[in-house]
Amino acid sequence: MHEVLIISGKGGTGKTTLTAAFAHLASNHVICDLDVDAPDMHLLLAPDVQASHDFISGNKAEIDPDKCTNCGLCLDHCRFEAVEQRGDVAWIDPLKCEGCKVCVHFCPTEAIAFPENHCGSWYVSNTRFGTLVHARLFPGQENSGRLVDLLRRQARELAEAGGKTLILSDGPPGLGCPVISSLSGVNLAVVVTEPTPSGVHDLGRVVELCRHFRADAGVIVNKYDLNIERTEEIEAYCREENLPVFARLAHDTIMTEAMVQGLAVTEFSTGPLSASIRQAWTRIESSLSSEEKQSKQTVGGAI
Amino acid sequence: MSRIAVSSEGPGLDERVDPRFGRAAGFVLVDPETMEHEYLDNGASQARSQGAGIQAAEMVARAGVKTVLTGFVGPKAFQALSAARIEVGQNLEGLTVREAIEQYKQGRVAVADRPNR
Amino acid sequence: MRIVVASGKGGTGKTLVTASLAQVWDGPVGAVDLDVEEPNLHLFLEPDIWLCEEARMEVPEADESLCTHCRACAEICQFKAISVLGEVLLTFPEMCHGCGGCLAVCPENALKPSSRLLGEICFGRAGDISFLMGRLRVGEAMSPPLIRAVKKAVQNFPPEIRSGDVLFDAPPGVSCPAVNAVMDADAAVLVTEPTPFGFHDLKLAVEAFRPLGCPLGLVINKAGLGNLAVYDFAVAEGLPVLTEIPYDRHIAEAYSQGKTAAQALPEMRALFRELAARVKDLARPAPGERRYA
Repeated sequence: MHEVLIISGKGGTGKTTLTAAFAHLASNHVICDLDVDAPDMHLLLAPDVQASHDFISGNKAEIDPDKCTNCGLCLDHCRFEAVEQRGDVAWIDPLKCEGCKVCVHFCPTEAIAFPENHCGSWYVSNTRFGTLVHARLFPGQENSGRLVDLLRRQARELAEAGGKTLILSDGPPGLGCPVISSLSGVNLAVVVTEPTPSGVHDLGRVVELCRHFRADAGVIVNKYDLNIERTEEIEAYCREENLPVFARLAHDTIMTEAMVQGLAVTEFSTGPLSASIRQAWTRIESSLSSEEKQSKQTVGGAI
Repeated sequence: MSRIAVSSEGPGLDERVDPRFGRAAGFVLVDPETMEHEYLDNGASQARSQGAGIQAAEMVARAGVKTVLTGFVGPKAFQALSAARIEVGQNLEGLTVREAIEQYKQGRVAVADRPNR
Repeated sequence: MRIVVASGKGGTGKTLVTASLAQVWDGPVGAVDLDVEEPNLHLFLEPDIWLCEEARMEVPEADESLCTHCRACAEICQFKAISVLGEVLLTFPEMCHGCGGCLAVCPENALKPSSRLLGEICFGRAGDISFLMGRLRVGEAMSPPLIRAVKKAVQNFPPEIRSGDVLFDAPPGVSCPAVNAVMDADAAVLVTEPTPFGFHDLKLAVEAFRPLGCPLGLVINKAGLGNLAVYDFAVAEGLPVLTEIPYDRHIAEAYSQGKTAAQALPEMRALFRELAARVKDLARPAPGERRYA
């Protein structure tokens, strides 16, 4: 079974739109939306939710105003400025509370509870392209990567149970914890970049992160025709670093037109952009099968 | 002989080795001579947003094992296991718990000197 | 006034708007990049950087000779940053959130404050613009500590800016880092695009930032693309549309060359000056009504 992750570093490069198109073109797969902060895949995939679950992670401190004696010890200890004086009791701002438990420990009247934090929900849904595993973190929550990890595990279980051979994931933006959680153990990271100063700058950092977590990487240059010079710069960098370039995609408003209709680009149109995307997917698939041929290792760590 | 902890997808000897140490479903604790075994559920570690590997290491250390057999171990978990003087055999995913123990008994498992993840 | 430019979705044009506003602002202004995972404001403002310093946060350091392995530290730590394995006290600095709990409970004084590297903070100047950015080191998982450190570093701006106007380019999204950036702002400018993704993520942004209490205003970028749902939403929610930036391939091409809209097209300068005035109105505590576009 293979796991392909579509990431971009910087947001807005077309990652989700491309993942939806690949989900349309691929077969025998489970789809995962790992951008739990601002998930968008469902806008194109119209999921029919089959199961929904609460996501609980960490704790938040809560002061019982009836037990609070206003001694101010919690305020003194809190390093996150989460404690405020409100009238003659203390109050903890849940948006600033780090869940460290120090105030709970030191409160002389045990006035502080430490309940589990319900920070979001996750779902398993049916879509016209296959099973989708997705989630939503409530706003302001710590995006630690645990929810990403949980979704990946679910996807793997579903894929194994259903005899699927591919997990295709829309990755989170950025370079922090969520991306790190989505990368470890992935077979191939497809990095979607654009020929802008931010795109070039962030490509380097994303590739570094992929290497750090030992994921193979390949590149798609989106909106390449906005700046041919920078596109060539990117392609030269890829050659130097031995990164396959799966496609150069032209900037085309058809991406948005398809989105407005709630369709993947390859469903919506058979024009040149769709053709390029199909070609990119064919290249990605053959990259996966040649990786398989190369890595016929003996199983286990036997000497 | 001290017990061996094998990261596992479930409670039996014929379950598959769970490739990840920190977020394994659980650990089968085996006495390699008698093959008596018990299962330690690893849900508490899985529940952590970070530090699952360290929690799992603490748990197997408290159970008094001296050897861990698994697939991938991250650097922090490896550091914790080493501090507790627990030897680690890695890269055993794909085997069953029973097969992993057999390989270990036959001296065919390399003791890791560094984490493989 | 502290103005934060944010958005639910990445790639809507936050940096474009922040950079353009800074360039047309009448008088000295601060420009701060809080997107510490992927900073790119400097690519457009091109400041002369005059100082880069390490940003560090406090973590515990153990003196094993004093440790009695009582495990009080391991028990209070919610983040597994300190643990006792067998007879060994181990710290994992990269897991530490800097809460100080272990230091406070150790009965033997075996722990003392040390620090770990988060990344760097850089100061610069571009004409009248005082510039500041943070950059997370690759592999560092947590951005809020560095975001907080960058916000504090605004204290080092020249006095007229410290007590004057500062623009902040927030990280995208609506989770902890973005909320940390928007917290304590005098106004938040939400940049969106009128596409289904942009609209959906704008709704998330409003849900996330409204509870923080500052006035919110909208900038609709790439106007002309997509559909009109965003406009109906703005009216329904009482969100002023501060300006619309038309969808124009020339703007996209200029951006790809590292030029802001204000630099590339003269009519854009006027648009952004108008936006600057409206943003100031938004941030000022006004007794009157909000204006709708």
